[in-house]
Amino acid sequence: MGLDIRLPIGLLFSVIGLLLVGFGVFADKVIYQRSLGLNVNLVWGAVLFVFGLIMLLLGRRSSASHPRAGSSPDGGRPAGGQR
Amino acid sequence: MGLTSIDWVIMAVYAVFVLGIGVPLKRYMKTSTDFFLAGRSIPAWVCGLAFISANLGAQEVIGMGASGAKYGIATSHFYWIGAIPAMVFVGIFMMPFYYGSRARSVPEYLRLRFDEKTRGLNAISFATMTIFSSGISVYAMAKLMQTLHILDSPLKKMGLPLSAGFHISVIISAIVVLVYILLGGLVSAIYNEVLQFFLIVAGFLPLVLLGLKDVGGWSGIKQQLPTAYTHSWQGMSNPHTNPLGVEWFGLVMGLGFVSSFGYWCTDFLVVQRAMAAESMSAARRTPLIAAIPKMVFPFLVVLPGLIAISLPAQRASLLPSAHGTDTMKGEMAVSGQGLIPPKINETTGQPMLDANGKPLLDYDLAVPNMLVHYLPTGLLGLGITALLASFMSGMAGNVTAFNTVWTYDIYQAYIRKGASDQHYLWVGRMATVFGIALSVAAAYAATHFNNIMDFLQLVFAFVNAPLFATFLLGMFWKRTTGHAAFGGLLSGTLAAAVHHGLTLPAGAVAGIKGGWLATVHVYPSEMAQNFWTAIWAWSVCMVVTILISLVTQPRKEEELVGLVYSLTPRISEGHSPWYKRPEALAILVLVLALILNIIFW
Repeated sequence: MGLDIRLPIGLLFSVIGLLLVGFGVFADKVIYQRSLGLNVNLVWGAVLFVFGLIMLLLGRRSSASHPRAGSSPDGGRPAGGQR
Repeated sequence: MGLTSIDWVIMAVYAVFVLGIGVPLKRYMKTSTDFFLAGRSIPAWVCGLAFISANLGAQEVIGMGASGAKYGIATSHFYWIGAIPAMVFVGIFMMPFYYGSRARSVPEYLRLRFDEKTRGLNAISFATMTIFSSGISVYAMAKLMQTLHILDSPLKKMGLPLSAGFHISVIISAIVVLVYILLGGLVSAIYNEVLQFFLIVAGFLPLVLLGLKDVGGWSGIKQQLPTAYTHSWQGMSNPHTNPLGVEWFGLVMGLGFVSSFGYWCTDFLVVQRAMAAESMSAARRTPLIAAIPKMVFPFLVVLPGLIAISLPAQRASLLPSAHGTDTMKGEMAVSGQGLIPPKINETTGQPMLDANGKPLLDYDLAVPNMLVHYLPTGLLGLGITALLASFMSGMAGNVTAFNTVWTYDIYQAYIRKGASDQHYLWVGRMATVFGIALSVAAAYAATHFNNIMDFLQLVFAFVNAPLFATFLLGMFWKRTTGHAAFGGLLSGTLAAAVHHGLTLPAGAVAGIKGGWLATVHVYPSEMAQNFWTAIWAWSVCMVVTILISLVTQPRKEEELVGLVYSLTPRISEGHSPWYKRPEALAILVLVLALILNIIFW
């Protein structure tokens, strides 16, 4: 259906990941008392950023290799679905 | 609690994506099939993730954490036996008829297989239920926003009373869901469910990891809690030796068979996700792909509850209970357990006590308290975003199922037949608007229950439990007739109500909990009562349907091709690699579920 879902997922998580990494680097470390002294914003932000990039890559690759046609009015299902 | 700008920015980024996804999809919404069934064009993995996320609304995220704190790891029965076998069954045995018959909804399948009145009964009860569930989702979200005091500081700045937070949360979530469904129909809903799936993992995984590190891992939890909380099957031989208060037969038949098959195999909310798949093979794989993450979800949603209850109370920085005030904090930390505060009586402001004088715990706060306890600002924003996402897609899932059933099975069937497809597309959009308006009304009408899950089980038992008997007979016994299906459904639902009216869980008073006709039997727990209500409803429906079928005229066999198992050619998937073959996936899923049950025996 037009838009490969991996592109918005990838974009969302790389943006959120970057925000968290940035915040993890610059914010006051006092807030990490809650999280057992770990800078979870930095660590988890990095994980999410990498996940986002992988999704973007997968989405880009597949939409480059098979450009998907829009749906046909009767549902775009190959005829004889009951093979 | 202290949300800072970074938390708000993360929420705003999510909001932009949620609404933004609908925009590029708008131009594909040309026919009613595009709007209601995503043009039957979605890949299996996307449908699979949407299949479980549609069910992962407020009820699950908050309710399963609450049950985890209340009942322990036995809550995972709701997944390992209460979902996985049914998901395998619907994929392997039922999807060929749902997808292959080209029915556009579950009620429409009932019309093709049986008759108009059976469809009407199912369509109307289902439409009512979706509105109700969607309302509960909205209600729970608005309540949570208040409990977490998320809107307090912006409200203070604007000079509005804090109680306005509830209304603002309801209105904003309603508008967001409205906009994205209007733009992209079921595709928007599915795409947002997939986003939500990843957000829940991203928001809850760090919470679970931090919590586990803090309590000393699974062995730490085992040390803190009675053994019954860390074993899912031990003590199941007797209802009095396990926290669920159910014996294994009631659990396996009531939850594992009747309730779970009734939900996963016949509820259009989830089946619709598979009907949107791009091919028969993808539709059959949808529930099987969904089963894999579903199996490990207890670690994400049940475990936080267990961690919350096993922490020493003095370390807990508690949120006040929904209606408490800050001055009560100290007192509650004393009488609660772990991160779970006692329930507060709304009128007196005092902790509520059970029959033995022990405080009742507000289990629904297990997950919210965990978020506030472990996540620093930044990740906290992500955690809240994940919760908001699950609430909104819980609502959207119900609304997309509602607008389809309303348009195809009520409007097109009874109000206006034979109009143009464009007209039905328009009706679907209108149904979205009033479906959301009704959800908001239901949210305001929603009542309070200690555990949302217990209440939903009750509703499922009345409406869904007899349904599975009807589908089972309809798909696998060609002799089943329309009159029988209709009579069976009615008597099954009636049996559920009567059983509920005649029994009571231990310690409850007659009324909403049961026993409103007379009390002839007392169950050790509410859950046991619910499971047995389901078992009775199913059995009565089964027997009545068989009896009426035997005395009524069956349909001609050629009319039932593609609708009944014995009259439909088998599907062969011989050429695909094993991971694309539904049967192979099904075996993998069942073996993995068995292993999990053994590990946490």
